[in-house]
Amino acid sequence: MQGQENAIDVRDAVKRYGSFTALKEISLSIRDNEFFTLLGPSGCGKTTLLRMIAGFEDVSEGSIQLFGEEIENLPPNRRPINTVFQNYALFPHLTVLDNVAFGLEMKGSSKSEARDKAGQMLELVQLSDFSSRKPAQLSGGQQQRVALARALAPQPKVLLLDEPLSALDLKLRKAMQLELKHLQRETGITFIFVTHDQEEALTMSDRIAVMSSGELQQLGSPRDIYETPRNVFVADFIGDTNLLDVRVDTIKDGQAICYLEGGHELHCNEVAGINPGAKVHLCLRPERTYISERPIERESLQGKVIENIFIGTDISTIINLLEGPSFTVRTSNSDRASKGIFEPGTDVFINLEPGAARLLLD
Amino acid sequence: MATSAPGGKAAVSNTYQKARTWLLLPSWLVLGSLSLIPVILMLVYSFLTKEFRGGVIWDFSLSAYDQFFFDRGLFGDEPPTIDWTYISIFWRSFWQAGVATLLSLAIGFPTAYFIATRPVRTRAIWVFLITIPYWVNLLIRTVSMKFLLRDQGPLNEALIAIGLIDSPLQIVNTNLAVQLGLFYSYLPFMVLPIYAAVERYDFSLSEAAADLYASKWVTLRRILLPVVKPGVIAGCILVFVPSLGSFLAPDLLGGAKNYMIGSLIEEQFKGNAGNWPFGAAASMILLTIVLIILIVFAQQQSRHEQARV
Amino acid sequence: MAELTAKLDVRSYTGFKAVTLLCLIILYAPLLVVTIYSFNASNSIASWDGFSLRWYVNVFTGPESTKFKLAAWNSFVIAIIAATVSTSIATLAATGMIRAGKFKLHMLSFGLISLPLMVPEIVTAVATLIFFNAIGFDRGLTTIILAHIAFCIPFAYLPIAARMQGIDDTVEQAALDLYATRKQVFTRILLPLMTPGIVSGFLLAFIVSLDDFIITNFVKGAGVETLPTAIFGAVKQGIKPNIMAISTLLLSVSVIMVTISYLVSKTDKTT
Repeated sequence: MQGQENAIDVRDAVKRYGSFTALKEISLSIRDNEFFTLLGPSGCGKTTLLRMIAGFEDVSEGSIQLFGEEIENLPPNRRPINTVFQNYALFPHLTVLDNVAFGLEMKGSSKSEARDKAGQMLELVQLSDFSSRKPAQLSGGQQQRVALARALAPQPKVLLLDEPLSALDLKLRKAMQLELKHLQRETGITFIFVTHDQEEALTMSDRIAVMSSGELQQLGSPRDIYETPRNVFVADFIGDTNLLDVRVDTIKDGQAICYLEGGHELHCNEVAGINPGAKVHLCLRPERTYISERPIERESLQGKVIENIFIGTDISTIINLLEGPSFTVRTSNSDRASKGIFEPGTDVFINLEPGAARLLLD
Repeated sequence: MATSAPGGKAAVSNTYQKARTWLLLPSWLVLGSLSLIPVILMLVYSFLTKEFRGGVIWDFSLSAYDQFFFDRGLFGDEPPTIDWTYISIFWRSFWQAGVATLLSLAIGFPTAYFIATRPVRTRAIWVFLITIPYWVNLLIRTVSMKFLLRDQGPLNEALIAIGLIDSPLQIVNTNLAVQLGLFYSYLPFMVLPIYAAVERYDFSLSEAAADLYASKWVTLRRILLPVVKPGVIAGCILVFVPSLGSFLAPDLLGGAKNYMIGSLIEEQFKGNAGNWPFGAAASMILLTIVLIILIVFAQQQSRHEQARV
Repeated sequence: MAELTAKLDVRSYTGFKAVTLLCLIILYAPLLVVTIYSFNASNSIASWDGFSLRWYVNVFTGPESTKFKLAAWNSFVIAIIAATVSTSIATLAATGMIRAGKFKLHMLSFGLISLPLMVPEIVTAVATLIFFNAIGFDRGLTTIILAHIAFCIPFAYLPIAARMQGIDDTVEQAALDLYATRKQVFTRILLPLMTPGIVSGFLLAFIVSLDDFIITNFVKGAGVETLPTAIFGAVKQGIKPNIMAISTLLLSVSVIMVTISYLVSKTDKTT
């Protein structure tokens, strides 16, 4: 991080609406040429933060820097940042070509220059055939691509995308996810993407900032966030997880020795900040466990099978642990043969793959 | 959800917040000087003394209001008795306006309901047809009404031709003519608010009522009407208020016997027999009544809105 | 899906259709009668003598034609000026009310703008007359124009405001995001999108001014006539066939304007 300037630096940003605080001292850095995602449920503040970077919301406290320069007091039309809006916000009375050319015209290009560059942009998103149509004559997916071309045409330093794919149906959305990723690589522009869909975030991002209730919960690569979640919120929001209440007894050689209610002992990696005596949650991903009649792994749990649910590629098995709570094990179809399926009512052992168990802060 | 809906369909934006004063200044100036101040001046004039041949003398006097309500000076020898002449004119105007409103309601409600339940594409055409007559000059509409209702007019001729009557009906210069004139003038105003309300009505409520054995007319009375009531009341007000202060209908259709407030006021400002302060006073009284009706209505509306939430 | 018979359909009530048709007949009959009789060849208005254009000729070239032509010209000039000025003021006001955030005087401003609508016309007429009298302004063409500008503003304002509220505000944000100045946002984005509303507002203000009788009658002074006041004066002396002809002409103008306004809003493809 030394010597390389960050595209966006948010320092202790706070946003208040009267007595309500939407953002509570957020600090994060977004690197140049990065696909960065703000992820969180509705109301977590991700869109507010995006709008602050765009310039549509004032900063109550704190600062925002673009490649080292403070921008929080600049109006939106003076920031070299462009936005793809959630509802596309295409100008209904202009043709597709003039929509895309708009930003260039506003920046001072002549109408013909702007239209030339706009034409090139439209080729990039494969919509050249539609340049003389009006937005109302396009499908949702096409409008979305026009909005994209329009925001990219002025070659901004950063591109902001506010849940641009939420209105598309599943297949189209998946295709657009790949296209966006590809586009980012090709243009080299920093993309800041806002979404509430965690699968989307995991697919597309270089790094993800998970937010909730106006606070940053965790920032890291998709893999980091998935495999080593910091707290219950992140673990629960991203993917499926089993959460068990445990008490940490001792920590030795990087291993934490914990006990469930009922006294069953489990070992797992220590986590900085969790000390002996702490009562925390243990996170276990369903696909990192498997069932057997006799315990195979060093760490295991015991319980009785309640139900098997077939979900296409996998089978989810619901088990009631001896200690009481419900536990989900996920077996992929390819493992079915080797790992076997156990009928409801059977007493089984749940094997935990090494390193699968993770202690969570709060 | 965040309070400022980003990417949503918020109809109000603050793009021009800084220029707001300049944007609104022209309308404030024009309306302030040509709408608001005149009304205030009118209030002032109602407390002045009349000048012969029109105009006023700037001497404070209560004689205008005095003349309106009482038959001799408040400060005379005997206690004043109430002079009903002018009050009865107001009362008659209320009556005429009321009848016109009821007539409009009787015809307007079924019409509005019918149009609102047409298929979406035809609806706009029906509405268009209903509103066109409104945009024709009121004077012309009143004149044409007079022409139609005359003793030798087409209506009488048609009725005689069909054989319903033997000699022409004397309609012009009667109360009925004025009521018909008012009703004709403001009918579209009754139809449109009711139409808007019925259009918003959720017909699955009627279906639910039918499912529970209610007849159609009971459904109308007990389910539809309460929901649609604000629109009905709006329509009534939109007919009643203009009718109250109307001048053309009573003047052209009513003749001397059917004096209404509008005629009374107009007379004060024409020619040399006029009494400006008196006219101003009568106008103030009319204005006050209208404002009270509107304020009550507005309060009813907001209470209704709150109850819905 | 089969169409519900009237009996089954919860929406339909017997007799309502008949009343609607009656309503339309009532609304149009007087106008149609006047129109038909304007083509009456006979001298008297009582009997029908055959089809003729003589009264239209009379209107344009007969003994009273100069009076009516002058009155029509006055009406037209007044309407054009009043509609233009009031529409411009209304456009600015709408921008100020709807695109300038919430503010404390919002309700009051809206009240002021709709004041002419809430006050009975005759009261407005009296008040305006008193106003001009109080400031010693001589009554004439100017007073008519000023009075018309004032009461045309709300009529122009309503369609413009309605149209503006239908314009999605993210479109403005997108324009700002793409480096437009506030002025450019207004001229390149808002104004084009508002045009149907502005046209509607203008037409409405025009018709309202053209048709006005009461207020004009009060503030016009002795020397000036507009078409409605001239017609009223003539009617007071008795309804003559040439009145029918003028009425039909004026009527047609109104109908045409309203139809144009309606068609303009229908052909708007941007919504």
